[in-house]
Amino acid sequence: MDKIHLQYNVDGEDFTLAGEASSDVRRVLRKLGFDGDTIRRAAICMYEGEINMVIHASGGVIDVYIDPDSIEIIMADTGPGIADIEKAWQEGYTTASQTVRDLGFGAGMGLPNMKRYSDFIDIETELGKGTTVKMIIKTRS
Amino acid sequence: MRIRDVRDILEAEVLCGEEFLDHEVTSACGADLMSDVLAFVKDQGILLTGLLNLQVVRTAEMMDMSCIVIVRGKVPDEKLVDFADSRSIVMLRTPYTMYTACGRLYNNGLVGVE
Ligand SMILES: Nc1ncnc2c1ncn2[C@@H]1O[C@H](COP(=O)(O)OP(=O)(O)OP(=O)(O)O)[C@@H](O)[C@H]1O
Ligand SMILES: [Mg+2]
Repeated sequence: MDKIHLQYNVDGEDFTLAGEASSDVRRVLRKLGFDGDTIRRAAICMYEGEINMVIHASGGVIDVYIDPDSIEIIMADTGPGIADIEKAWQEGYTTASQTVRDLGFGAGMGLPNMKRYSDFIDIETELGKGTTVKMIIKTRS
Repeated sequence: MRIRDVRDILEAEVLCGEEFLDHEVTSACGADLMSDVLAFVKDQGILLTGLLNLQVVRTAEMMDMSCIVIVRGKVPDEKLVDFADSRSIVMLRTPYTMYTACGRLYNNGLVGVE
């Protein structure tokens, strides 16, 4: 199988659409015959990242590269950036507003979840410029 | 436990997914914050929630959960039910509160995922 590249533009305005890209990648991975555990880990990592793009930044672009033994997800936004990345990694830390919490997010668990389920994660962020999250999920057979 | 049993224990109404009521479930999770649900990757289960938006269905989808239970008799709009239906997820509505609904299921042997 050749490396597959998928790209998604994530709409930062429409919360109801958040997760569409992750849902699509999940479908593609299923079609390609990846195992359930790998698909779930990749889907959760991407979904958390996609939601973050919508609620904390104003959308962005996601690139996904699929290999038989790994899935690489690169999520780039031009939002406000993360002021304190050390804190952001902590379980329970959130800057989400009450509005966002009413939508079911803002537990401060997104980044910890992404770290837990990926085999590699790196975040580059600059205040006022944006944030890029890179994750790799490896298949375990 | 089958989803059919969950329906009976919670005296719930089936909003969609009638054809999947014989599916087995072995665990459940109750939450209104979706990342709390996403923190526990375990076998297919049930999501009990009072939250009524599309992200509830997306979260269940990502987790391969087969059933969503809307607590406290809240009424989801048609769009939400159709969306769950399109993902082959059973949606139930129970008059019980989150606490009571979870307690009833737990008492009947449906455990959590910690
Ligand atoms: N793409 C991003 N742009 C700007 N800030 C971000 C971004 N992603 C995360 N953050 C910041 O990091 C914090 C922690 O993120 P994390 O995903 O762990 O929690 P959350 O999104 O607040 O809540 P949850 O993910 O549980 O719904 C956020 O509250 C926000 O301040
Ligand atoms: Mg988040």
